[in-house]
Amino acid sequence: MAYLAGENMTGGYGDADILHDCSISVEKGEIAVVVGPNGAGKSTAMKAVFGMLPLRQGQVMLDGEDITGLKPQERVLKGMGFVPQTQNVFPGLSVLENLEMGAFIRNDDIHQTLEQIFQLFPILAEKAFQPAGELSGGQRQQVAVGRALMTRPKILMLDEPTAGVSPIVMDELFDRIIEVARSGIAILMVEQNAKQALSIADKGFVLVQGRNRYTDTGAALLADNDVRKAFLGG
Amino acid sequence: MTDILNAFVLLANFVVIPGLAYGSQLALGALGVTMVYSVLRFSNFAHGELMSFGAMICVLITWWLNSAGIGIAPLPTALLALPVAIMLTIGLALVTDKLVFAYYRAKRAETVTYLIVSVGVMFFTGGLIRFIIGPDDRVFADGERFWLKARTFKEVTGLSEGLAIKASQGITIVLAVSVVAALFWFLNRTKTGKSMRAYSDNEDLALLSGINPERVVLITWIITGALAALAGTLYGLDKSYKPFTYLSLLLPIFASAIVGGVGSPVGAIAGGYVIAFSELLVTFAYKKVLSYLTFENWIPEGLVQLLSTDYKIAVSFVILLIVLLIKPTGLFSGKTI
Repeated sequence: MAYLAGENMTGGYGDADILHDCSISVEKGEIAVVVGPNGAGKSTAMKAVFGMLPLRQGQVMLDGEDITGLKPQERVLKGMGFVPQTQNVFPGLSVLENLEMGAFIRNDDIHQTLEQIFQLFPILAEKAFQPAGELSGGQRQQVAVGRALMTRPKILMLDEPTAGVSPIVMDELFDRIIEVARSGIAILMVEQNAKQALSIADKGFVLVQGRNRYTDTGAALLADNDVRKAFLGG
Repeated sequence: MTDILNAFVLLANFVVIPGLAYGSQLALGALGVTMVYSVLRFSNFAHGELMSFGAMICVLITWWLNSAGIGIAPLPTALLALPVAIMLTIGLALVTDKLVFAYYRAKRAETVTYLIVSVGVMFFTGGLIRFIIGPDDRVFADGERFWLKARTFKEVTGLSEGLAIKASQGITIVLAVSVVAALFWFLNRTKTGKSMRAYSDNEDLALLSGINPERVVLITWIITGALAALAGTLYGLDKSYKPFTYLSLLLPIFASAIVGGVGSPVGAIAGGYVIAFSELLVTFAYKKVLSYLTFENWIPEGLVQLLSTDYKIAVSFVILLIVLLIKPTGLFSGKTI
């Protein structure tokens, strides 16, 4: 039984289902990556796991507990953190205020967590008093991840964290994500840059048209000839 | 040298001090409009009537206190009535939200629908006010009328021009400055204030961060109601309380909010003073000022007034148009309506 698992999820926004019997899961301290072509339902699967998509069938299990009926906010309280793909910072608030808002539900002292995040992303300490809206794309992604980490989540869900950032920044972000996973947090992320993402992944899910096509370890998927040909450009 | 001083005093007496007072009143009104716009995302046309309601409660309580012989002279009795007026205005704001706006919020209504709804609330509140107190002009300022009398100023300085500070002007400026300082402290330093700014910035992410939207809405109405009652009462004290004037006050207030940048509290304050000073500067008769500054035979015959005071309201219109044409986001880059 995985720590977090969306099992046999079927659902969509209107009458038409986007997800068909789709399952994704992740263990503590592990990185699980969801890849696939455009329109495969990768982001939708993430939203379903976080409770932002009504499910017709299937359930979401967290540490053995059925959380299918919980609202996204309630899942945050259960220890899940989510970084949306776009509009994932408060542009008018300073970097520090963004992080404080991430910890809104906490009533204890947040200074230690702040220190940890500034250690993980030193640039945020430097720009602490600058509005997040004035930062570069890569720095903004760091604010977004930092904001989600402020609740000290057990699971961090990232929707295309490297969309729109340069390859160098992408490598750096991946390094940070590995670091976060090493600290015992489960990481579930959707990625466009499938090759790089699978190379750091413990587990990979290849989705096609809302269905699971291949599921294996990251390394095995990278080595699989069919997967390489169809999804990774040879 | 005395002539230059006299010219300055003249300007200070007729433009600077009234401008600061009127500008503060507009700024307080515009702050309320901007708060509702940035958090609840609609233009609240009922805000003028909300101000009027607060002032009306103040008038009623002042009468009652006067008849009971209670007062806080030399300050106007209205200040004693203000806390109650603020409470009741907040109450009215919360009731209208519960009965009207909450329904459209749940439906995620379009901005235009909201706007029309707020016009409906405006007419209803206006009717309610006239039903309670009638449409007449009421003067409710009592206590000491002046903080600084023109004659005292002349005697002390020996200048031929006098500088007067009306109690209502002084109170307006002092209260506006302290309330605005408190509001900014709240928005920038407290967790609740920051969560309101976060909610206004990015509603979805605020929800993901566990910020309770209902609490944010509640606090927004509390602040808006308090600001409205304060602005309405100060305006009424300064001029006089007449329900209909609050309807026409809506234009300079919206102009202030838009000129400063809707959704930006700093902009609302700047906008208030821009509009107030433009109105006064354009309608002021400069003849006497010029008589101090030029040779005797150069003094013009006319009043040297750019616009008659009857056109005062047009000034806000023109500034509003210029801003919308040149910089639609306003001076402090708010959102575009």
